[in-house]
Amino acid sequence: MRWFGKGGACKHAPYVFALFLAVAPAWAVQPDEMLADPALEARARTISHDIRCPVCQGETIDDSNAPIARDLRIIIRERLVAGDSDAQVVDYIVARYGEGVLFNPPAKGVNLVLWLAGPALLLAGIAVAVTAGRRRKGTEVTLSAEEEARLREILKE
Amino acid sequence: MIVELGHFALILALMVAVVQATLPMWGAHVGDRRLMALAGPAAGLQLLLIGGSFAALTWAFVVSDFSLAVVVSNSHTLKPMLYKVSGVWGNHEGSLLLWVLILAIYGAAVAAFGGGLPVRLKARVLAVQGLIGVAFMAFLLITSNPFWRLAMPPLDGEDLNPLLQDPGLAFHPPFLYLGYVGLSMAFSFAVAALIEGRVDAAWGRWVRPWTLAAWIFLTIGIALGSWWAYYELGWGGFWFWDPVENASFMPWLLAAALLHSSIVVEKRESLKAWTILLAIMAFGFSLIGTFIVRSGVITSVHAFANDPERGIFILMILGFFTGGALMLFAARAGAMEARGVFALVSRESALVANNILLSVAALVVFIGTIWPLVGQMLLGRDLSVGEPFFNAAFTPFMVALALILPPGAMLAWKRGSIGRSLRGLLPVLVLSVALGCLAFAMQTGQSALGPVGLALGAWVVFGALADLWARTGRGEISGRLARLTRLPRADWGKATAHLGLGVTIFAVAAMHSWKVEDIRVVRLGESFPLGAYEVRLDRVDEVQGPNYTSTMGRMTVTKGGALVAVLKPEKRIYPVAGMPTTEAAIDFGFTRDLYLVLGDRQKDGGWAVRSYIEPFANWLWGGALLMALGGGLSLSDRRYRVAAGARRVPVGVPAE
Repeated sequence: MRWFGKGGACKHAPYVFALFLAVAPAWAVQPDEMLADPALEARARTISHDIRCPVCQGETIDDSNAPIARDLRIIIRERLVAGDSDAQVVDYIVARYGEGVLFNPPAKGVNLVLWLAGPALLLAGIAVAVTAGRRRKGTEVTLSAEEEARLREILKE
Repeated sequence: MIVELGHFALILALMVAVVQATLPMWGAHVGDRRLMALAGPAAGLQLLLIGGSFAALTWAFVVSDFSLAVVVSNSHTLKPMLYKVSGVWGNHEGSLLLWVLILAIYGAAVAAFGGGLPVRLKARVLAVQGLIGVAFMAFLLITSNPFWRLAMPPLDGEDLNPLLQDPGLAFHPPFLYLGYVGLSMAFSFAVAALIEGRVDAAWGRWVRPWTLAAWIFLTIGIALGSWWAYYELGWGGFWFWDPVENASFMPWLLAAALLHSSIVVEKRESLKAWTILLAIMAFGFSLIGTFIVRSGVITSVHAFANDPERGIFILMILGFFTGGALMLFAARAGAMEARGVFALVSRESALVANNILLSVAALVVFIGTIWPLVGQMLLGRDLSVGEPFFNAAFTPFMVALALILPPGAMLAWKRGSIGRSLRGLLPVLVLSVALGCLAFAMQTGQSALGPVGLALGAWVVFGALADLWARTGRGEISGRLARLTRLPRADWGKATAHLGLGVTIFAVAAMHSWKVEDIRVVRLGESFPLGAYEVRLDRVDEVQGPNYTSTMGRMTVTKGGALVAVLKPEKRIYPVAGMPTTEAAIDFGFTRDLYLVLGDRQKDGGWAVRSYIEPFANWLWGGALLMALGGGLSLSDRRYRVAAGARRVPVGVPAE
C-alpha cells in the first residue's frame, strides 16, 4: 500500500491511492446537483473540468468526491444561475481558493514560460538540426585533383 | 529461513554487481582479457542470485508469511492466489526488487547472446549495467528492504488495495519495468561507446533491438494501465495527464525517438552523437519517472517530507548516471563523426524531424509535470497544470508528427523528392480528407476534433499501407502481391506500427469528441434513453464475493426493442482494506462501448446511475497493440536477430 498510497493524499476522500493518478473510483457529479437547464449544466461541467479540487492532488472537482469539490460544483451552478459569465465564475473561485485551483494556467506572467517552452524548444531544435546539417555538408570529403586522376586511372584499368 | 536466504542472496548479488561494475571496466581499460571475461559470468551469477531472492519474496507472499512487513501491509490470507503473487510487486519494496531482477535479466541476456560483440565493448556494457545494479540494490537494501521482519507478526495482513486486485493491473507494473529497465541497455551501450570513443553501424544494430524491446514493453505497459483506468475507475477516462502517468509516457516518447534515430546510425552512419544523447536521455527519463513515482514529490509534497531518504537517494542515482553520462558525452561527442551526409529532403531529415517533434513533445510533458514543483519551490506560488494544458500544448506536436509521417516514411535515403513521395500518397490524401468531411457532415454541431482526428488517423493508416504497397515495386498486381508476402519482416513491422499509431490517433479523437454521458436517478423498473439505446434498471441485489460484499445492479439495454445486453454494474466493499470500489459494467463493441455505473441509493428509493457511450474505445487498445505487434515483427526480422545474437556463424548454418 505504501507505494500506491503515496500520491493521492486527498484527505477528505475516504480512501487514498495513486498508482498513476489520484482519482478515486469517481462518483463525482451527483444527480441532485445538476441543473435542469442542459445548456447551463453543460457550461458548469466545462468549467468544473478545469478546476482542481483544493484538498486533492491532481483531481478535478468534476472527478473528486471530496465534500469541498461538491461545494464548489454547487457554487459554480449557483453563480451560473445568477447570470455570471464563465469567466466571472472562474474569477469568483480563484478569488476565494487561489490560482492553484486552475488546471489550465492562464498564459500570462511567469506561466508564459510554461506555454512558450514547447514552441521555443521546437525552434531551437530546428535551428540546431539545420546548423548541424550545414556543418555536415561542409565536411563532405572531396577528392583532390591528384586523387581524382588516380581514380580515373583505376576506372580505366 | 527461506526469507533469510533471499535476503542474503540479494546482499551477495550486490557484491557480485560491484565486481561486475569495476573489474571488467578496468580490464577493458588496460586490455586484460581475463578481467574483461569476468563480466559475463558475473552477470549470470547476478541473475541467479536476484532470481533466488525474488523467488524467496514470492514464496513469502504465497504462503502469507506475516512476519514480513511488506507481506503484512500488502496481502491477506483470503486474497486470490493471482493477487497474492502480484502483491509481490504491488508495493514499493517488492517492485524495486522486480526492477533489479529485470535489470539482471537484461544483463544476463547481453552476456548470453552478445557473443558477437567486440570483447571490450561487451565488458564495458556489462560493467555499466553492473554499476546501475549496484546503485539500485544499494537503494533497495538501505532504504526499502523487502525482507524486513516484524518482531510481533500479526495474525492476518492488511490486504492489497482492492483497486489493484485486477488482472490488468497485475501485469501492468512488470511490463512498464521491462520497458524502463530495457532502456538501461541503450544507456549502457551509449556510455560504453562514449568510453570507447567509437560509434559505427554495428553499434546501431546492437542498440536497436534492445531499444525496440524496451519500447514494446512500455507500449504494452502503458496500454494496460490505461485500459485498467478505463474500466476500473468508473467513468470511462483513459488518460489523465497525471504526473505518474507522464512518468511512463516521457520515456516512451524518447524511446520512440531513439528507435528511429538508431535506424539512421545503422543504415547511414549519421546522427551518432544525437543518438547517444537520446539514449542517455531516454534512460534519464526512466530514472526521473522512478523518482516521481517513488518519492511522491510531485503528486504530494507531504509524502516527500515523510520519506526524504528515498527521494534523495533516487535523486542521487539520477544525478550520478545522467550527469556522469552527459559529462562523458560533452567530452567525447566530438569524436563521433558522421560518415553519411544527407540532403535537406531525405529520409534522414524526415527522421530528424520525427526526433525533434518526439523529444520536444516529451520535454513539454516534462515541463508541464514539474511546473507545479517549480511554482512551489522557486516562485512560491501554488500552480497546477492539468489536462487542458497538456491537450493544448502537446497535441500540436502529435498532429505535426502524423502529418509528416506518411511522406517522410516514403522518402529515399540521402536525397529524396517530396513530389515523388506525395504523388504516391495522393489517393491516401483524398481518401482521408473525404472521410473527415463525411464525419463532419454526419455529426451535427459538434467540435471539429472528431473529423480532424479521423482524417489524420486515416492519413497515417492508409499512408502506412501505401508505403508497404510501394515497397513491392512496379508491375503486375499479382507479382506485387507475391512480393508483398516476401517483404522483410522489418517492413511489415514498420507498416503495422505506423498503422497502429494512426488507429490510436483516431480513437483518442473519437473518444474525446463523440462520448455520450448521462447522469440521473433511476427507480427500479424504470428506463431511460442513452443515445440510440434504451436502458432499464431491473434489480439491485446484495451479493457476497470471496473477499468483498457487493451491491449488484441488473440493467437491460435494448435498441429499437431488440435486446443488446444485460449488464451488472457493482459497488463493492472490501472489509479488510475498508475500501469501496466501483465496478462498471461494460458491453464491449466494435464501434462503441456501453459503460454503466451504479451509484448510491437516493433518499427517494431510486439509484444514481451514470451511463456512457464510449465510441471506438476498443480501437485505442487495438492501436496500442498494433504498435507493439509492429515492434515485435521488426524485432523478429532475421537481419536483427542475427545481428543481435551476432554469433559469427559460418554461412549455411542457421543462426541461433
